[in-house]
Amino acid sequence: MSTQDLTVSRTSKAARVAAILGAVVLIILIAAPWWAGRADMRLMGELFLYLALASLWNLMAGYAGLVSVGQQAYVGFGGYMLFALTIFAEMPPVMAIAVAGLLGALISIPVAVLVFRLRGAYFAIGTWVIAEVFRLSFAQVSALGGGSGTSLPVTIVKSMAGSRSGRESLSYWLALGAAVLVVTAVYFFLRSRKGLALTAIRDNELAAGSLGIDIWRTKFIVYIVTSALTAMIGALIFLQKLRISPDAAFSVNDWTAFVIFIVVIGGIGTIEGPIIGTLIFFALRETLADLGTIYLMVLGGVAIVMMLKFPKGVWGFVRERFDLQLFPLAYRVTGADKKGA
Amino acid sequence: MPEPILKIRGLNAFYGDFQALYGVDMDVAEGEVLAIIGANGAGKTTLMRSITGLLSNGPGQIAYHNEDIGGFRADEVAMRGLAMVPEGRQLFPSLSVRENLMIGAQVGRKGPWDLRAVYQLFPILEERKDQASTSLSGGQQQMVAIGRALMSNPDLILFDEISLGLAPIIIKGIYDALPGIIGDGMSAIIVEQDISKALAVSSRVYCLQEGRVSLEGKADTVSREDISRAYFGIE
Amino acid sequence: MEWLNAIVQGTLLGGLYALFAAGLSLIFGVMRMVNIAHGDLIVLGAYLGLTVTTVTGLHPLLALAVVVPAMGLIGYVLQRGLLNQTLGDDLLPPLLVTFGLSVILQNGLLEIYTADPQKMDAGALETASVAVGGLSLGVLPLLTFAIALVVIAGLQWIFYKTALGRAFRAVSDNQDIAQLMGLNRRHIFGLAMALALGVTAIAGILLGIRTSFDPSIGGGRLIFGFEAVIIGGLGNLWGTLAGGVILGIAQTVGANIDPGWQLLSGHIAFLIILAVRPNGLFQRVSG
Repeated sequence: MSTQDLTVSRTSKAARVAAILGAVVLIILIAAPWWAGRADMRLMGELFLYLALASLWNLMAGYAGLVSVGQQAYVGFGGYMLFALTIFAEMPPVMAIAVAGLLGALISIPVAVLVFRLRGAYFAIGTWVIAEVFRLSFAQVSALGGGSGTSLPVTIVKSMAGSRSGRESLSYWLALGAAVLVVTAVYFFLRSRKGLALTAIRDNELAAGSLGIDIWRTKFIVYIVTSALTAMIGALIFLQKLRISPDAAFSVNDWTAFVIFIVVIGGIGTIEGPIIGTLIFFALRETLADLGTIYLMVLGGVAIVMMLKFPKGVWGFVRERFDLQLFPLAYRVTGADKKGA
Repeated sequence: MPEPILKIRGLNAFYGDFQALYGVDMDVAEGEVLAIIGANGAGKTTLMRSITGLLSNGPGQIAYHNEDIGGFRADEVAMRGLAMVPEGRQLFPSLSVRENLMIGAQVGRKGPWDLRAVYQLFPILEERKDQASTSLSGGQQQMVAIGRALMSNPDLILFDEISLGLAPIIIKGIYDALPGIIGDGMSAIIVEQDISKALAVSSRVYCLQEGRVSLEGKADTVSREDISRAYFGIE
Repeated sequence: MEWLNAIVQGTLLGGLYALFAAGLSLIFGVMRMVNIAHGDLIVLGAYLGLTVTTVTGLHPLLALAVVVPAMGLIGYVLQRGLLNQTLGDDLLPPLLVTFGLSVILQNGLLEIYTADPQKMDAGALETASVAVGGLSLGVLPLLTFAIALVVIAGLQWIFYKTALGRAFRAVSDNQDIAQLMGLNRRHIFGLAMALALGVTAIAGILLGIRTSFDPSIGGGRLIFGFEAVIIGGLGNLWGTLAGGVILGIAQTVGANIDPGWQLLSGHIAFLIILAVRPNGLFQRVSG
């Protein structure tokens, strides 16, 4: 068999089709304010924000091995920064979102220095302690409503856009933009040298260390970037909600449990996983949420069964069956099968 | 030859997709001392792991006391009176010398071996009984590992590379003690790099090469040429 | 005097936190697993105690005779039926499965007992106090602290003086070799979880006598237990007690400054110790 017939490439037919389909879907989604109802847009906006949170958590847990149950710290922090910056510094909301991300990065540095001292599962609980510290601290700030929280003043809400439909369109586009930004950022990050190093660490920490990859530094950078982006998403979430309180802002259920569920169901350690997981999560929520606590127990049960029986999630299962990859990360050799080795 | 205590037939062993043993056949008679030799990577340790149940095998490949133990877990195999002195000694670091010995008696089999008998065999262990096992010298650790296996009063005991990493004088001491250990009708398998040591204490020898049995014979009749051919695969 | 009182009350509170932590510490020590549902299991213990006392009319402390074995059984079944399947080199399965378990427990309790805060009635014990050198010490906190001492001493004894403890340590050291010694690690892990949940039951019932509880408070109890374990140093049971006491004192002293600062100052004490002594205040003991 001659090797000239073999080609090594990242892309594949499925990936090219997916790219074209993705572009079409994106255009349709951008046009949503012209075809979707108000409730649908709200739902989709929320879906996009969950997709962004899930992609970020997946980057940390699925690639960098940093399993956090405390990302609500940055969701809440971002939300509170939005409120503080617009109310006290009279900053325009969109700008406040960006600044919230920056502040999120800043505060995540000392946090990382502390929690990185804990390993594995203890790291996870350590991040939760940090989230609790954030929650209790913001509950002490009486200017932001203390324990009972506060609402975004009407003047600030109105400053975004004159009409209600204009505001709703803007907040929808921001959510869509955030999801697209996060997913593409994760994708390009994983294709970069740093990202490849990360995958190497995940696959074998010892070998990666001997290749001269500075594991601590790489994880540190991932943590800070993830925290900054999570804070921005948090700002967006509470720009949609228009009201913030410590319990809502730092809820472990809303901002971590659901996000973990999404990633586990969809497929941890893949870019496609969080997208599929978010769709499944919202489909379940819209059909079962009336059941209340039973619905949450079902979610917990499904997550356990998935983790034990299909640890790579729905997407991992599909990928193994059909050798599909929609976001081309891995190089693959093509042509070999034709030769009938 | 009497009915074998251990009977291995067509044993295949795998680590994931990698096959380490190919159709190994082997018998150990009651009271017999068997030597297994072979180069690094020939499959000696894999064979030990298979026999003890640390590596699970299909049913029908290993019979012990005429019972099929191929699918058993290691603890179930141990309960039936099969003990191993593992390569590298592998004592429990958080247990004292005495506790390391005691844990060998966990299977609860009756027999001549108890703490007193082990201390009689290796008096130094009684002196050190309350020390952490990690504080002992290599040779003393090996004594604990041997004593720990004996405490289960096994019918068959496996010695996996017991001379590895020990000084020659200490190896000699341990080999001098072996007849006293396996004299009472206990069967033994000795895995050893040092061929002459292995042949000196055993009655029969098997040589493994790339996962297959390349030689089987009586210890006092196999020639050096046969062994080196079986060992290195030189035709 | 006010400060001395805060420190003494904090010390006694630390006994409860040590009980929260002991099960967590034990499980980590034997199987290197961290159970995210630990706090919810404490709350489950409290609710089981509530059910037993309301159905039988028993005093909560006597209910321990029922709840401790019940939780032990739950622990053994949970470990063998579910958690053993998650153990291995990968960190994610045990973490995420116990997280899922936490969600199920919390919402299951919510479904059965509603979100209304509950409390166990221990009669005169709740208000009884003794005067010691000008300080008024509650009998219940004193009793809790004494129970914590007994439990930690008991666990220490089991770990270092019994065949079971020897098996725990052996399996923790080297699972394969322990298996060669006839120890079935799945069974040993089951026993360790049973023991841990037995302790958890004691913690849950003492919690339920001391304060009111509802299904949502598990996460907070997990965090207190975790903080006590890390402050004391992993794998050191007396250290865990000391960690609980430090956490308790930090909380009561914080509350003495400003009631809103109680929990926050506990967390801050933990973070300071993490920054200064990342391996905890006490060394891991062995042998």
